[in-house]
Amino acid sequence: MTPNKGRMRWHCRRALLELDLVFARFLENRFDQLSDAQLADLQDLLDIEDHDLWAMVNGSAPCPEDRWMPLLSMLRDSGTQDDSA
Amino acid sequence: MKIAKHTYDAVIVGAGGAGLRAALQLSESGLKTAVLTKVFPTRSHTVAAQGGVAASLGNSTEDNWHWHMYDTVKGSDWLGDQDAIEFMCRKANEVVVELEHYGMPFDRLDNGKIYQRPFGGHSQNYGQSPVSRSCAAADRTGHAMLHALYQRNVRAKTQFYVEWMALDLIRDADGDVVGVTAMEMETGEVSIFHAKAVIFATGGAGRIYYSSTNAFINTGDGVGMAARAGVPLEDMEFWQFHPTGVAGAGVLITEGVRGEGGILRNAAGERFMERYAPNLKDLASRDVVSRSMVTEINEGRGCGPDKDHVLLDITHLSPETIMKRLPGIREISIQFAGIDPIKAPIPVVPTCHYQMGGIPTNYKGQVVAPKGDNPNTPVTGFYAAGECACASVHGANRLGTNSLLDLLVFGKSAGETVVEDIQSGNLRLKPLPDDAADFSLARMARLENQKDGTNVHEVRLAMQRTMQKHAGVFRFSELLQQGVTAILEVAEQAKTTEIKDKSMVWNTARMEALELDNLIEVAKATMISAEARKESRGAHVRDDAPDTAEFPNGRRDDEWLKHTLWYSEGNRLDYKPVNLQPMSESVDPIALATRTY
Repeated sequence: MTPNKGRMRWHCRRALLELDLVFARFLENRFDQLSDAQLADLQDLLDIEDHDLWAMVNGSAPCPEDRWMPLLSMLRDSGTQDDSA
Repeated sequence: MKIAKHTYDAVIVGAGGAGLRAALQLSESGLKTAVLTKVFPTRSHTVAAQGGVAASLGNSTEDNWHWHMYDTVKGSDWLGDQDAIEFMCRKANEVVVELEHYGMPFDRLDNGKIYQRPFGGHSQNYGQSPVSRSCAAADRTGHAMLHALYQRNVRAKTQFYVEWMALDLIRDADGDVVGVTAMEMETGEVSIFHAKAVIFATGGAGRIYYSSTNAFINTGDGVGMAARAGVPLEDMEFWQFHPTGVAGAGVLITEGVRGEGGILRNAAGERFMERYAPNLKDLASRDVVSRSMVTEINEGRGCGPDKDHVLLDITHLSPETIMKRLPGIREISIQFAGIDPIKAPIPVVPTCHYQMGGIPTNYKGQVVAPKGDNPNTPVTGFYAAGECACASVHGANRLGTNSLLDLLVFGKSAGETVVEDIQSGNLRLKPLPDDAADFSLARMARLENQKDGTNVHEVRLAMQRTMQKHAGVFRFSELLQQGVTAILEVAEQAKTTEIKDKSMVWNTARMEALELDNLIEVAKATMISAEARKESRGAHVRDDAPDTAEFPNGRRDDEWLKHTLWYSEGNRLDYKPVNLQPMSESVDPIALATRTY
């Protein structure tokens, strides 16, 4: 089942400002290009607690699932100043 | 149009710490309780609280609630109500121990007791020496607290309406509160929640500022709803700022960076703190550093193309020191400023952190407003707790770790009062007025049909920039006056917002437009209240109310020892006395004094 994208957009509203900022950039630059498989992975990531997710995004905690790695690196990079991708 | 109606004993809006604590009190008493929340409860901003929760348990150092009360009154710069402060400090141990019993994983001492650490502003023996009063769960206190409370609510069968946004308060012809309207985000449909009691626990509105540490959800929804329903807002000029947020992002750079040797510089590269605080320099207190930064920016020595920030320089530290001692800060700077602080300084600006004012309540959690001769007449059926409420315990300035305590004590107290009021028969289910949902439906229809309107994002940005420039951490008479005109213009633009996407299901654009309606009420209240208060007190510091021998710190108790009340209708201001009398006759008031540390 393809998740509702509007619902996922709302779930990118987080409890921590750090993640809000990361997801805001991601929604602007990357979200619309995700495949269905990537959307399913994103749904999993969005279910993770905020402190744990932020630690994964900033690299201070390891990523427990290999399939999440591409999304995490998108989250990390979608916002740095030179985002031409 | 047919509107669904839900009936409960009590409806709580907001599922952060205060809402969950209140809900628990109601559900465990057997009352039929609904909690409306626009995000999943454990995604509430309470999660971000790290410092801990204050309680004079005395586990690490000798302590008692009288000392805590003194610190809180002094911290509030004597604007806090002493009955509410006594109540909070006396209740602290009870609510912390309860939380322990709910399974909150507090840090422990070797003897098994809750570990306590020192925190700024908290002292032993009336300001004599620092005290260890903060109870924490590592650096995730808020997170652990929210999870413990949520689990307990699930056990108590609290009914959650997750991803529902409350729209407006419903008041009947007597002015009593009889429910709220709310929109289910999954369908976009509006429903009525009819109840004997409504508790607001919607958190703060820190997003009114351009630079804010608050998450995007902190849009002051309850504060805005209360204002639209004719309830005054108290002391909205008082906002706590942190000196070093990343410019343009707001993410906090901890004080520890300056502790490790970080230096603040202006556009000329000058270490400007040497001029303002020759001894302590960059390690001066938060308010001194913030004011110095703003003065540099206002006098044209700010950095960047817009000269709107200063720089926090740690490039003189070795890369090894930065990697070892400040790894989180380096990551934040790279992520949000695009700058590696090993190579270049971090752009920073004073950043909004906490809302001291809010919906006026007494220590029982009842919302109060002037009626006849009584400035504190309860609004029947209406209660509030947490950052959205003003009890008032923080007064003009909040102490660290008192915010988590506030939401526990007053969340519980509001819940207890509702239970008493319902069980005693004082509160009953009053009939809904015929036009209960009309106001909300008209707002929704306006948004739906708006043509040639304004852009939500642009209006929000204009509001945030206006607040940052005109009512920031250091305030100037002339800028405040201009700010009143400016924010009223922005408020006019907010009346005609237009959304292009009209879909009903999960329409985040509609949500943001509705949130802006709430933010703009808070912004007006803040600007107008701040312009009017012609003194400096706590977090409200004006250039035309300087520190003098006659009026230390610029505080004017002769004229301004009073709470502001702002009414949305006509932007009218009123004032009411500060309660300098503690709750108990046996407790001596904390006498007025100059706030120095």
